[in-house]
Amino acid sequence: MAKVKIDIEKCKGCFLCVSFCPKRLIKPDSKLNRRGVRPAKMEIDSQCLGCAMCAVICPDCCIEIYK
Amino acid sequence: MKEAQKIFSRPRSLRNISTHYCGGCGHGIAHRLVAEIVDELGIRERVIAVAPVGCAVIAYDYWDFDCSEAAHGRALAVATGIKRVRPQNIVFTYQGDGDLAAIGTSETIHAANRGENVTVIFINNAIYGMTGGQMAPTTLLGQRTATTPAGRQIGVHGAPLKISEMLALLPAVKYIERVSLHSPQEVLKAKSAIKRAFQSQIDNLGFSMVEVLSACPTYWDMPPKKALDWIRDVMSKEFPLGRIK
Ligand SMILES: Cc1ncc(C[n+]2csc(CCOP(=O)(O)OP(=O)(O)O)c2C)c(N)n1
Ligand code: SF4
Ligand code: SF4
Ligand code: SF4
Repeated sequence: MAKVKIDIEKCKGCFLCVSFCPKRLIKPDSKLNRRGVRPAKMEIDSQCLGCAMCAVICPDCCIEIYK
Repeated sequence: MKEAQKIFSRPRSLRNISTHYCGGCGHGIAHRLVAEIVDELGIRERVIAVAPVGCAVIAYDYWDFDCSEAAHGRALAVATGIKRVRPQNIVFTYQGDGDLAAIGTSETIHAANRGENVTVIFINNAIYGMTGGQMAPTTLLGQRTATTPAGRQIGVHGAPLKISEMLALLPAVKYIERVSLHSPQEVLKAKSAIKRAFQSQIDNLGFSMVEVLSACPTYWDMPPKKALDWIRDVMSKEFPLGRIK
């Protein structure tokens, strides 16, 4: 099982990770970060494939993956 | 159970700070790819970047290796000087389309024609980002910008300039590839191409360049995912991907 860690304070809310996760596990958070944007949030941790598509497309290098 | 291993994280050569780029901007991905490659090739102590004028003007604050800065368009003149004096270093420029293909066209063509053994990361986002979204030489026909509000017209503004194809005609140019950052798969291909270009310099083969189709959601006036789809569906038809030389 893989684990995704998102640095929500660096996140700019572009949601490219949301669009490219093949299992659609990441969603926009309901709370704002300090930048005033809704950051990305891992919703269904238990199904993560560890494929790193979210991290590869993230322009702000916010995503770390452990497997 | 085996302890979890980190399989993806920030490369050593990319400082752990936020960038000033807009959300969804391709510059952030391109910076990371360069940093990953510098780490993987083990050249962090040998590499010298030349940053442009354009949105990437403070790339030197983001990369954790030696960098210089050049006046607008002159990155390849500065890179020529550095590489000739310090041939043991790996020297690359990172330039936008306004920088490389408008004000810097002359420096670009002559550095390539001299076969300077440097690498160019050419960020083609079909617009001037830093100054507010004016037309670039690479703006597509019909594309609306601050200076082409009715869309670029061939008879008035000329056709999109294909710098990569032009440079490929020069005998001293050894490696040119056009890649795109419109999906994770394409980002991984872009990384391989940039790595080949650096390797070509390490092997002393001569001038190498990778043109990277990169999104500017802000001045394309599109949400980030739509901007990536526009590269896939429209921009890459005008600027076909793949090895050019
Ligand atoms: C000599 C000079 N002329 C004009 C400018 C204004 N200027 C700054 S950045 C830029 C173009 C930037 O576009 P591009 O190279 O495509 O980079 P982007 O910002 O899109 O990444 C221009 C014209 C300048 N800084 N210096
Ligand atoms: S791709 Fe990165 S910056 Fe964009 S929403 Fe996801 S984590 Fe945030
Ligand atoms: S690693 Fe793959 S499956 Fe897991 S969140 Fe990222 S894109 Fe989705
Ligand atoms: S203006 Fe365009 S190129 Fe510049 S940082 Fe914003 S999205 Fe990126």
